[in-house]
Amino acid sequence: MRFLMIEDSADLAQSVAERLRLDGHAVDHAGSLADAEDCLSAAPYDLILLDLSLPDGDGRDFLIRQRRARRDVPIIVMTARAGVADRVDVLDLGADDYVTKPFDFAELEARCRAVLRRRGGATQTVQRFAGFTFNPLTAQVVIANEPRELRNRELRLLEILLAAPDRIFSKAQLCDRLFSYAESVSDNAIEVYIARLRKKLEGSGARIETVRGLGYRISAG
Amino acid sequence: MKRTGAISLRKRLVLQLLALAAALAVLLYVTVRTVAGDAAEETLDGVLGAATLAIADELRGGEDGVSIDLPHEAFSILGSISQDRIFYRIAVGEVTVTGYDDLPAPARKLGSGLASPVFYTLPYRQTQVRVAAVERVVLADNAPVAVTVMVAQTRTGQDTIAARVANRAAGLGLGVFALAAILSMITAGSVLRPIDRLAEAVGRRGPRDLRSVDHPSPAELVPLITALNGFIARLRAALTRTETFITEAAHHIRTPLATVRAKAEIALRRAETEEARDTLRAVIRSVEESARSASQLLDHATVVYRSDRLAREPVDLGKLVAGVAQSFAPTAELKDLAIRTQGLEAAVTVTGDRLLLESALRNLMDNAVKYSPPDEEILISLEVVDGLARVAVSDRGRGLSGVNQAELTRRFARGGNVRDIVGSGLGLTIVDEVTAAHGGRLDLSEHAEGGTCAALFLPLG
Amino acid sequence: MRGAFLALGLMLAGLLPAHGFEVEEEASFAAPGPEVAVLRVLSTTDTQIMAPVIAGFQAVNRGITIHYTVANSQQVQAAIVTDGAAYDLVISSAMDLQMQLANDGFALPWQSERTTALPGWARWQDTLFAFAQEPVVLIAARSVFDGLAPPRTRRELTALLRDYPERFRGRIGTYDPERSGAGYLFATQDARLSDTFWRLAEVMGGLEPVLYDSTAPMINDLKAGRLVLAYNVLGSYAAPRLAGDDSTMLIELEDHTLTLLRTALIPRAARSPVLGGTFLDYLLGPSGRALIASEAGLPPIDEAALAAQPHLRPIRLDPGLLVYLDALKRRAFLEEWRAALIQP
Repeated sequence: MRFLMIEDSADLAQSVAERLRLDGHAVDHAGSLADAEDCLSAAPYDLILLDLSLPDGDGRDFLIRQRRARRDVPIIVMTARAGVADRVDVLDLGADDYVTKPFDFAELEARCRAVLRRRGGATQTVQRFAGFTFNPLTAQVVIANEPRELRNRELRLLEILLAAPDRIFSKAQLCDRLFSYAESVSDNAIEVYIARLRKKLEGSGARIETVRGLGYRISAG
Repeated sequence: MKRTGAISLRKRLVLQLLALAAALAVLLYVTVRTVAGDAAEETLDGVLGAATLAIADELRGGEDGVSIDLPHEAFSILGSISQDRIFYRIAVGEVTVTGYDDLPAPARKLGSGLASPVFYTLPYRQTQVRVAAVERVVLADNAPVAVTVMVAQTRTGQDTIAARVANRAAGLGLGVFALAAILSMITAGSVLRPIDRLAEAVGRRGPRDLRSVDHPSPAELVPLITALNGFIARLRAALTRTETFITEAAHHIRTPLATVRAKAEIALRRAETEEARDTLRAVIRSVEESARSASQLLDHATVVYRSDRLAREPVDLGKLVAGVAQSFAPTAELKDLAIRTQGLEAAVTVTGDRLLLESALRNLMDNAVKYSPPDEEILISLEVVDGLARVAVSDRGRGLSGVNQAELTRRFARGGNVRDIVGSGLGLTIVDEVTAAHGGRLDLSEHAEGGTCAALFLPLG
Repeated sequence: MRGAFLALGLMLAGLLPAHGFEVEEEASFAAPGPEVAVLRVLSTTDTQIMAPVIAGFQAVNRGITIHYTVANSQQVQAAIVTDGAAYDLVISSAMDLQMQLANDGFALPWQSERTTALPGWARWQDTLFAFAQEPVVLIAARSVFDGLAPPRTRRELTALLRDYPERFRGRIGTYDPERSGAGYLFATQDARLSDTFWRLAEVMGGLEPVLYDSTAPMINDLKAGRLVLAYNVLGSYAAPRLAGDDSTMLIELEDHTLTLLRTALIPRAARSPVLGGTFLDYLLGPSGRALIASEAGLPPIDEAALAAQPHLRPIRLDPGLLVYLDALKRRAFLEEWRAALIQP
């Protein structure tokens, strides 16, 4: 996906961008509303992440201008204002969703995905691997023309593994990405999802191997 | 409200008015007594003088000397006006013609002719007497002789009158005092009523009602009200600044927190050792915990602030619940939790504050998502039970493990079974306060098969 | 019993110290119980009249011995004013003299529930108190009105005397005011109350009246037939003496009938003024009043009785009484009286 992040704090912007790029997304950063307008006129974006406090104006004004101009790129507001009133406010103004800083990237991703799914599209690439295709947006794998639904944690596990086929992911790494940091789970919890994913991918030719003592990896055939 | 040692304006006013009334009553008493005493003496003197003149009129001269036929009426009249003892003496020079010869003559020379009687008071026969004396000249044996007629009277009658008058005067004084006391109470009441009303008007206000006071007040109170309004304005400004400051502070702390969290996540992805990973996880948890606490504190403040002047608008509960359910869907999905809704299509409307209701519902949902194990279902249902709207959030989590509701809705109280999950303990407090502010109630129960059902009951309308 | 007391009293009288004033009678009523105090009463009222009342008092106050001294009103006056005699109560029918004693400060004040209950006209200040009201009446032999209506007013009496002088000549009795204090009081009060008195006096004067200095001989002479008419006689004395005697009659004149107040005072020189007051209160109290009426034959103070008999005029108990005691006034009055009554 291609994000436009409109964020005042360069430090945060850089960190978020870096974190999103780790998941394979393209991120442009605009430090002001003026920059944002420039970016938008130069390239198409799947989604805009919008901070409200910007040096040259209020993010809400930008939101209003976008919606008035019928530019319907999905916008997720990410703000330090955590009140219920603020939330209701921006949703009423036309934002698609809302995350409060500091945010969980898993949640941000989930929200992005949910928004895109609702909007029905954007330039989502369907990945092919071994004998199946995988659409993260619809959470489907298609094996021999037969679509199979993935549950959220299966989907995210597959995403993680497919981001680097043949690479070994430790249980801990997988746990960190699959579970919330607010939960405490044992490393073994991951085995359940590995088992489920293996079952979903049966007949695709892809294999999820257990590398004893090290972790798991996905390989084709 | 009364502080000991505070000066009571009413008491002071009443006391001063009473003192004034007392002084007035005493003055009245003394005046009436004096005037009435004088009047009594004057009256009795008039009668005594008349008796004396009546006797003097009966003086006769003649060849045998001075003679007199005492008129009975003169004495009888004296006897009828008071029961006083009477003495008389008719004398030519020092020689007594008739009567009490020890009755002293007046000290000064009396005028003859038709002069009025002279009055004097002197001690006589172990008592005080009032004497009227008059002199007449008669011809005795062809020679003019000056005859003095003296009539004396004790003044027990005057004392009796004085005592009676004193009693009446005392009664009058007391009456005046009592009346003045009542009037002073009324006056104090009416003078101080505007102050009471003002105090009541200010006292009736909610703790956050910082409008300026425009209560109609007497001119004397205008400076006080102006000062009060100035103070209120400063207080309002200060509170606004504080609120802005808190919001800004939250904002300014959240952005760096977000940066820390982002960096920590990135670092965690790259970390090689389990030790480093643990540290980074702890960092992330701490960030999350402080952010959540800050949110809930802010929410709670909002609830407290808005509860006092609750917005009264119709809230479509179905829509509200649907919105909240939708916004929690992505978060629930992360745990493979399904959110199921039930009864949202029915039009159930309550009157209240949408923001507060949403806040309450979000807290319930937050709890449900937090405490549900993965792959389970959260049910949000809306129905009307016994004329109340019931919004229930059921999860398949770990339940309440015996801790009672009152305990859980206390501020910063948390269930004993959730120490491993991030939470501030304010969530249920917020829910409880919001429902209470709407005249509803929160009902926490445990499913037989495990999990919690949190139900909000709200009056319809 | 009473006779025994009286005998004892009269016997004791001889043992009592001599007085500076003339005593008519002296009696001592010993306390029926152990004696705790002695009450001395000086009175113008005869012992036999007061004895039942004294007995009644002693029945209640058993420790009190009573010395009862009788003297005429002039001597009573002299005893108090000149001798300063130590009596605890002075009882007298001479209202004017009693008034003078009170006015001149010889009386002690006494205030009790009984005295304050007295009507205003029956007391003066808190020193002089009346306990009996006695009409001054006309007594006559019934035969003298033979064929005539008895007179109801002084006017009718005057007309009667004028029209039938022969029936009355030399047979009318009345007080000599020069010698009798009571007679002087009645005459002056009559004169004060109505002008008809002087006409009556003149008519009586023309009929050679007989002058007395006390009541008893007048009543005796009437009963004996030497008199047919006695004017200004104390009804309380006359009534019992004439009771049962159909040949005489007692007339209260309707234009006015003087009513004498028998009074009591506590002298300043009293040794036991409280005893005097106690006896006075007894006289004014219900049992005293009952005894005064039934045994002493004196009408007690009764405002209702006066209201029922409007012709009864109580002599006013006020300093007006002093006027007639004035020497000049007395001289002038008696001169006039003599001029009217004693016709050569």
